[in-house]
Amino acid sequence: MPLIIKLLAQRIALGLILLLLVSGLIFAGTMILPGDVAQSILGQSATPEALANLRAELGLNDPPLQRYIQWLGGAMTGDLGTALTSGSDITESIGKRPSNTLFLAFWAAIIAVPLAIFLGLLAVRYKDRWPDKLISAVTLASISIPEFLIGYVLMYLIAVKLRWFPSVAMINDGMSLGEKLGAIALPVTVLTLVVLAHMMRMTRAAILNVMQSAYIETAELKGLNGFQVIFRHAFPNAIAPIVNVVMLNLAYLVVGVVVIEVVFVYPGMGQYLVDHVSKRDVPVVQACGLIFAAVYIGLNMIADIVAILSNPRLRHPK
Amino acid sequence: MNDQLHYLARHAAAGKLSRRDFMAKAAALGFTAAAASTLLTSEARAAGPQKGGTIRMGLQGGSTTDSLDPALSTNQVTLMLVRLWGEPLVELNDDGGLDGKVAESYEASADARIWTFKIRKGITFSNGKAVTAEDVAATMERHSGEDTKSGALGIMRGIKNVSTDGDNVVVELETPNADLPYLMADYHLVIQPGGGMDDPAAAIGTGPYIIKDVDMGVRIVAEKNPNYWGDIGHAETIELIVINDNTARVAALQSGQVDMIDRVPPRTAKLVARAPNINVHSTSGPGHYVFIMHANTAPFDNKDVRMALKYGINRQEMVDKVLNGYGSIGNDSPINSSYPMFTPSEQREYDPDKAMFHMKKSGHDGEILLRTSDNSFPGAPDASALFQQSCASAGINLNVKREPNDGYWSEVWNTQPFCTSYWGGRPTQDQMFTTAYLSTADWNDTRFNNEQFDQLLLAARAELDTAKRTQMYADMGEIQRDEGGLICPMFNDFVDATSDRLDGWVENAKGFALMNSYSPIRMWVKA
Repeated sequence: MPLIIKLLAQRIALGLILLLLVSGLIFAGTMILPGDVAQSILGQSATPEALANLRAELGLNDPPLQRYIQWLGGAMTGDLGTALTSGSDITESIGKRPSNTLFLAFWAAIIAVPLAIFLGLLAVRYKDRWPDKLISAVTLASISIPEFLIGYVLMYLIAVKLRWFPSVAMINDGMSLGEKLGAIALPVTVLTLVVLAHMMRMTRAAILNVMQSAYIETAELKGLNGFQVIFRHAFPNAIAPIVNVVMLNLAYLVVGVVVIEVVFVYPGMGQYLVDHVSKRDVPVVQACGLIFAAVYIGLNMIADIVAILSNPRLRHPK
Repeated sequence: MNDQLHYLARHAAAGKLSRRDFMAKAAALGFTAAAASTLLTSEARAAGPQKGGTIRMGLQGGSTTDSLDPALSTNQVTLMLVRLWGEPLVELNDDGGLDGKVAESYEASADARIWTFKIRKGITFSNGKAVTAEDVAATMERHSGEDTKSGALGIMRGIKNVSTDGDNVVVELETPNADLPYLMADYHLVIQPGGGMDDPAAAIGTGPYIIKDVDMGVRIVAEKNPNYWGDIGHAETIELIVINDNTARVAALQSGQVDMIDRVPPRTAKLVARAPNINVHSTSGPGHYVFIMHANTAPFDNKDVRMALKYGINRQEMVDKVLNGYGSIGNDSPINSSYPMFTPSEQREYDPDKAMFHMKKSGHDGEILLRTSDNSFPGAPDASALFQQSCASAGINLNVKREPNDGYWSEVWNTQPFCTSYWGGRPTQDQMFTTAYLSTADWNDTRFNNEQFDQLLLAARAELDTAKRTQMYADMGEIQRDEGGLICPMFNDFVDATSDRLDGWVENAKGFALMNSYSPIRMWVKA
């Protein structure tokens, strides 16, 4: 078997084992959350009878291990169980949430990734001159400010003062693509600002690292101009670390947007997860945790696979 | 004021003249902008409700886990939903009395033990079925059954039997209760076809709107019920968006995405009100923020310790700093002027000397632990810090422990001997006392056990003579103020805001926030 296939198979197997371990961790973690589901559902105004009736109905008395095995078996076959709070099927009620989150992440990535790489290349081209310093300063500032604050500032300036885009990023099926893009303009902008710096800095560092190599000097001596050297010769050899950091940020766009979804009232996974954590709806929290973990591990796996494939030594073994 | 201006204002109110043109013409006639604006508002009101249009509101409290079943309704958003599609038998009116909804009228037997509700003739559910007395009886049965999860179970417990008699529903109680009709105004108890036994979450009722689109915790759209019997429900469409983040909710109003929001943070309310197109409404209500001591647990079982802490709190400072003035001071009783039979008692003031005296007399030495969390009421940690400081001036060592929001209601409240909490209040004294201060109450969160108080409560409940009842409640208030484990420093106002696209707000309506949650139904979009 060619080395590369073996490497890929190993990497995928490792990913799956990791996911299994994470599932155990998620299950154990949600077990030790303080508070009681029935109390959380009925709130402060619950009577003891109502509480007792609800607890019995939810079957909160089975042993944990039995519940884990049942849950894992169900999750493997696409059945995430039943929500405690509403009694509805989780797979069905999560419904459009992941696609909404992916919609937001997709448009943020479409803008952020090329922009970050382009800015990174630009920074390398004008290394230590004013464009490099300006790009670094702006992107580092935007990553340093908490994202909800950027959200509030943009909301005040763009939604309240200028009224260009809405402050509530509400999307529904009745809207055209254009309307949806208008609605998510503000959260996309915030997410772009948040992930830009990390990817840009990594692109810059990775390419600068390659630029030290002898073959770059050769390329320069051949008389190629600055951008050609960077783009044709340095960039391909810097892809692995760049893809890694891009994937990390894409994963962040999917699993880390809870705050942004709450601030902009966007109906995505994050909002859904927060609501269910506060209601102690353990099966839903577990399901969301598993989906987030799968996305995270999956994207990292893709990053590793791209790194393996982009390495000529692995593609063409002696 | 001059006739010409009135004429113009009527035209403007009827939509024949734009606001801007009206203001310009008024200025030409020599009136100030403020005077002209006031006149325009009063003319708009006099012109009466306009029909049609869309009212959009951004509300706090909704969650993806909410249910359309009124029995499980617990927050502002689900309450609002219930108001849109359903109606209870009777409802609080603006003066604190009751108006008939599904019930046309009601009467009590002489001993207030048997109540008869006459069902309104000719009204139908939104599925076209006529409303019968059997539907009403079945609804009550669903909320009071042994296995019910209804939030109204507590108030249904005293009901022995519900029967029907033609168009009448007869409610027979275990013990007399002069307040029964008030209990029937509870928002869980909306009348559903067949009592909602088959499909509790169908959202079919007699309300002014029909729910069209539901995405729980996100967005709900309702349209006018063309067959609604009453004269409220002016807008054609109502759109409800759940916006739990305070800043986002205010921004949505400021940017014109919604016309109405609830829970404007008191800290920023004055700032929000400065915008020319936004009206901030402050409504006093029965809700209050409390510090609760278990009166049967050391050291709070000592009356002098309780007294020391009651004298050691600066109530006015809390209203000023925690509520930013949007509220009124409390007097260690859960009852204030928003209750029908309220008698004010002597106001207890902050008095470090008396606090120190009582603490010395109690013989208690050492620190007192107060538990608090962000969600026990808005600003609770700040209020606790203020309490700590005012106690320190009296030589009392109050130690504040911050607890996580998560699990506060199950792990701290009603479990730990001293903590912060809040009460939304109840429509009547009887209900408030029965819920939390009767010695056998499930939520007796101050572990208050006073025989005389219990006896008075039961006697007042059976008393139909208002003067005698008022005196009984006054006596109970005194007992509670001096003996109880409740420190009630403040009653919080409801602070809501509407844009000037809407008209018809009623100042100081009784009940809860947003005109007892009737604002989208009773307000209208200006033409």
